[in-house]
Amino acid sequence: MNALSNNTATKSIEIEVLRYLPESQDKPYYQTYTVPFTDDMSVLQGLQYIKDELDGSLSFRWSCRMAICGSCGMMINNVPKLSCKTFLRDLYPGKVRIDALANFPIERDLVIVMDDFITKLESIKPYIINDVPRALSDGENLQTPAQLAALEQYSDCINCMLCYAACPQYGLNSKFIGPAAMALLHRYNLDSRDNGKEQRMPLVHAEDGVFNCTAVGYCSEVCPKKVDPANAVNINKTESAIDYFLRFVVPKGANKGATKGAPKGAAK
Amino acid sequence: MNARRPYKRPMTGWWQKNPYLVEYMLHEATAFFVAAYAVILLVSAMKLAQGQGAWDQWVVWLTSPLSIGIHFVLLAAFAYHAWSWFNIMPRTLPPIIVDGRKVGPQTITFLGLAATVVLSLLLLIVCWGLAR
Repeated sequence: MNALSNNTATKSIEIEVLRYLPESQDKPYYQTYTVPFTDDMSVLQGLQYIKDELDGSLSFRWSCRMAICGSCGMMINNVPKLSCKTFLRDLYPGKVRIDALANFPIERDLVIVMDDFITKLESIKPYIINDVPRALSDGENLQTPAQLAALEQYSDCINCMLCYAACPQYGLNSKFIGPAAMALLHRYNLDSRDNGKEQRMPLVHAEDGVFNCTAVGYCSEVCPKKVDPANAVNINKTESAIDYFLRFVVPKGANKGATKGAPKGAAK
Repeated sequence: MNARRPYKRPMTGWWQKNPYLVEYMLHEATAFFVAAYAVILLVSAMKLAQGQGAWDQWVVWLTSPLSIGIHFVLLAAFAYHAWSWFNIMPRTLPPIIVDGRKVGPQTITFLGLAATVVLSLLLLIVCWGLAR
């Protein structure tokens, strides 16, 4: 497990980590460790070295080590990053400062409380909704390459929450539904096999919905999967505005029949 | 007893710690300059409505070194505002598909900026022509 077992490290880097020990401390504080490293070591491996060799009390989340599980997000020199995808060689010879993901409460050290995000993720119904449940005998639910292309970018989200750490509006008002939840909501609304748009749109229109976004755009900047959540949020601002003004001209219920009568895929 | 005691970090000075957010705030701040110029235009229209005397006096102020200085500052703020506005524009638009391919963000930003420059020059030339 130890990344340095072959003892080839010649350089050392200082890693300053935000510690928070709720059972003994009132406030978080910084603790600095000197970590020997090789050019192939990620920041995550640096933290693993600290935990294995220097200080077993350090807590942080990680799992896959290859930027797909979304567990190891943290602030690296004040920028939200996946620590498995950030390399110590690129930060050397400077000091590395690591904080828990911004805008979330800290549970302990680099571990954040993510309940809020999980609740929001559940609220947008991130699954395909059918008016009539499909029977197994209906066979595959087919989709054309063009229909897939419409949503593919948004389905790449790995729920790493870097976009929430990048969003000052979420930091100032955590009721805001936020970038990733909106990106996934958009992903399912765009899906030709889905019929649940009407159930999801109230979250877009809501007080805590898309209009909390002021187009900072930093969420899309830090996204490790190029999901562009800011795009999903802002497209839904337009959708929401159109919906708002249409209700003055479209008779009640007329809109419903037009969009939901035919299978969505056929219309596209 | 619950051992959990989640720590919430304060947001004070949130935009000062990150260059991206400093730039965002700078962009937002230039909106005040846009508003200031709107006020100048509004006052101009008012003076015009008040008659020849008021208008002539207003023109004297407009052509004063102070006013010209203010206008250069406004122009610089406008240029930055336009540049940063078109930079964020690709993130706000639905996908534009041309020839089966999505138009890239740089193209959208470039077209926006180009349209601004061309239209501004056109307006300048027309106004210049009318004023002569």
